[in-house]
Amino acid sequence: MREHRIPLILLALLLVLPLVVTEPYFQHLMILVLLWVTIGTGWNLLAGYTGQVSFGAAAFFGVGAYTAGLLSHHLGLSAWWGMALGGAVAVLIAFPFGWIAFPLRGAYFALGSLALGEVMRQVATSWESLTEGMVGILIMQTFISKLPYYYIALALAVGSILLVQAVTRSKLGYYFVSIREDQDAAASIGINTTKYKMISLCMHAFLTGTAGALYMNYMGFIDPHVVFSLHDISIMAILVAIVGGVGTLYGPAVGALIMVALQEVFRSAGFGALQALTDAMGGGFMTVVTKYVSQAHVLAFGILVVVVIMNLPNGVVGDWARIKRAFRRG
Amino acid sequence: MAILELHGVCKNFGGLRAVDNVSFAVEEGEIFGLIGPNGSGKTTTFNLISHVFPVTCGKVMFKGQDITGLKTFQICALGVGRTFQVVKPLKRMTVLDNVIASAFLRHGSMKQARAQAEKWLDFCGLTPYAGHLARGLSIASRKRLEITRAMATEPTLLLLDETAAGLNPGELDEAIALILKIRKSGVTIVIVEHIMKVIMSISDRIHCINHGQTIAEGTPQEVARDSKVIEAYLGHGGGH
Repeated sequence: MREHRIPLILLALLLVLPLVVTEPYFQHLMILVLLWVTIGTGWNLLAGYTGQVSFGAAAFFGVGAYTAGLLSHHLGLSAWWGMALGGAVAVLIAFPFGWIAFPLRGAYFALGSLALGEVMRQVATSWESLTEGMVGILIMQTFISKLPYYYIALALAVGSILLVQAVTRSKLGYYFVSIREDQDAAASIGINTTKYKMISLCMHAFLTGTAGALYMNYMGFIDPHVVFSLHDISIMAILVAIVGGVGTLYGPAVGALIMVALQEVFRSAGFGALQALTDAMGGGFMTVVTKYVSQAHVLAFGILVVVVIMNLPNGVVGDWARIKRAFRRG
Repeated sequence: MAILELHGVCKNFGGLRAVDNVSFAVEEGEIFGLIGPNGSGKTTTFNLISHVFPVTCGKVMFKGQDITGLKTFQICALGVGRTFQVVKPLKRMTVLDNVIASAFLRHGSMKQARAQAEKWLDFCGLTPYAGHLARGLSIASRKRLEITRAMATEPTLLLLDETAAGLNPGELDEAIALILKIRKSGVTIVIVEHIMKVIMSISDRIHCINHGQTIAEGTPQEVARDSKVIEAYLGHGGGH
């Protein structure tokens, strides 16, 4: 019970948070954080625990989102069916992909997964009769309040963390980590490496696809560039896990909070502070700065990753002891 | 009955024939030594048995069953354990977790696998290191971990690839004692080794290869006297 104390306190706080913080803007940000907890946790299972670094999270996220969107758009079903089916359809995509890509190792697998995301984006763009192409899919949201979405996202995030925790304490987890550490050694102790990599990939796809379906329901609008985005989905998933701590249970959760906050700081140019400064000071220079800062989050993420990898190679959670030491000294 | 048989096994790497028509049969319960100068194809032969890569021609039989086309993990499941010459510890796992991962092959539950792993750590003398990360181990302990991990898959045939290389004399005696203990527990052993002290003292029979081809087979005494073996190791006698 003791080891669960902090997570349980946090969970209790998260349960009452939207009742206290009623500002829709912050509720929106919290929903995004929770979505990224799910996606990052799923990526962490495949890459952090099983060692198969993937640049393909967007493929599964997008497929999940489109599953929900198309069910509503073409069949007139509730997009909530997508919550049940989005993950399953993502697994259907993951299966043949794994079949083709798992003979590849290391960087070659990563490149294969990068290609998967791009292929899926092209398909969604070009297959207009099915996906409406660049026009995108617009559905009616079920709820006006953000609260239902918040609690569903929270359930999904908690569920994904519980799933990973259960996996790491089982045979499955031991096999995943063995494959990460040395694939040849893993095979030599009787592990069917292809099978277990496939299981890991399917879990990743399922979580990411389900998150995608929730995104469709919540946002009400998707297009190929949003949900199949390489840098906003696939690379963001990697950053969330790396910043928080690859191969740690709570790493992606911490990473999601940091990354969403950071993204928002840049997108809103310091929550409008920079704009206010510009207005106060006037002058062309500050106007240019404001304009570029709000577009520079990708660059900032790149710098952040370099800093994190150099100073905290195991992420905020993985190197927590080191961070505490540094603060005590300082 | 022969537990392991190789029938005319060969392996080409591009134009290089690394293993050329090697045949031998290992009897149940014996320690079978595989020797030869550097680059003679010993490790390649091991890799062909456990199917790290496929044979070019020939056949490998285990307990009368053709295992030539099977995958590494399937061969392990049938009861062939192996160690690697270049040790492959699961570095960021503890020694205990390394062995638990192995024990899961025969024991499905966490509790059983852990109990088995502890048993094998004790058997191989690694219990004091159970909580250490595998990457922090000395070379002697790493070699021992390789053996422990292989034993935890409960093999009937164990392939040991240079488990004595890089050990000091004291560690060498301990390694020999462990190998004999494993044999005594009923496991057949095929061992590749460079250190003559080890191979000559523990092998029942020895098979010697050079340039991928068989040049001698027999008891340690017979092989040690064989002129082709002496020539392979020491070169042509006199006149140069």
